[in-house]
Amino acid sequence: MSTSQWPLWEVFIRSKQGLNHKHVGSLRAPDATLALENARDVYTRRSEGISIWVVESAHIHATDIDEAASFFEPSDTKIYRHPTFYEVPDGVKHM
Amino acid sequence: MMQEAALFEYILRLSDDSLILGQRLGEWCGHGPILEEDIAITNIALDLIGQAISLYDFAATLEGQGRNHDQLAYLRYENEYKNALLVEQPNGDFAMTIVRQFFFDAFRLPLWEALMQSPIEQIAAIAAKSVKETRYHLKHSSEWVVRLGDGTEESHQRAQDAIDHLWRYTNELFYENAHDHSLHAAGLVPKLEIIQAKWNQTVKDILAEATLSVPAHNWKFEGGREGRHSEHMGYILSDLQYMQRAYPNMEW
Repeated sequence: MSTSQWPLWEVFIRSKQGLNHKHVGSLRAPDATLALENARDVYTRRSEGISIWVVESAHIHATDIDEAASFFEPSDTKIYRHPTFYEVPDGVKHM
Repeated sequence: MMQEAALFEYILRLSDDSLILGQRLGEWCGHGPILEEDIAITNIALDLIGQAISLYDFAATLEGQGRNHDQLAYLRYENEYKNALLVEQPNGDFAMTIVRQFFFDAFRLPLWEALMQSPIEQIAAIAAKSVKETRYHLKHSSEWVVRLGDGTEESHQRAQDAIDHLWRYTNELFYENAHDHSLHAAGLVPKLEIIQAKWNQTVKDILAEATLSVPAHNWKFEGGREGRHSEHMGYILSDLQYMQRAYPNMEW
């Protein structure tokens, strides 16, 4: 398996019309065209999707795990930001 | 009756091509150069074997001898298989497998497209389903021919070697005999000269894009369509037929 020179790609699949593309995994490929084909072969064998996006992993900028405390924890104490203080009227369906 | 025998032979060529190439591609399972390609090749193998099942079912109906698809696939003798010599050639290196696939896909796609117009309902239906699979197979094999040819010095050389080696088996894809002429006369299947013109164009375009050359030599090997196979065929059949002969009528 000599894949060391091939870039890593992240794969996103839209399962059906109207839904968002969701991240499903990653793979190796020499270029975008083959990344799409590989994604098709690896991730949509069982009719999982109708559209595929691939993005070179190197182009993704991610948050730093070490900064998680300052990035995310402050919102944990702001429960008033959740719409849980309202009573849902009986007549409302599909909530 | 005469026409049914002709059609039976015609369908066997299609199904045997699919079965034997599917079996060859299956040999890559677990041995692909990368995981993604390993899955891609075995997907193609499964598409081909699926096509073979539908075709054998139809052939069995035409024959009317009570045989089923397993018996046609697994219990005939070597000289009863009508696949082209091209598809039984060994996998070789990755370039050899890809070039073999490309030559075959470039033939199969226009053939399915033409067969979709056949007045025989079952053939048109099988062609309509298979054409989508084969369109992807050709896209995949063409992409790889271009990348190997226009890749490194080594990949270019290996791709060119594969083309030079397999070229001699390509002419047989367009083999026709008296049976075919009766089917043409009845308007049931396309003349292969039309398919060959399309094949020539596809091969010319893709090889040019891949910076590969069309071989100058004009060797032509034939025999498969008449049941005369290369020395590789017996080994394929011993693998393919072992289970059905050891455990008659077994099913998965």
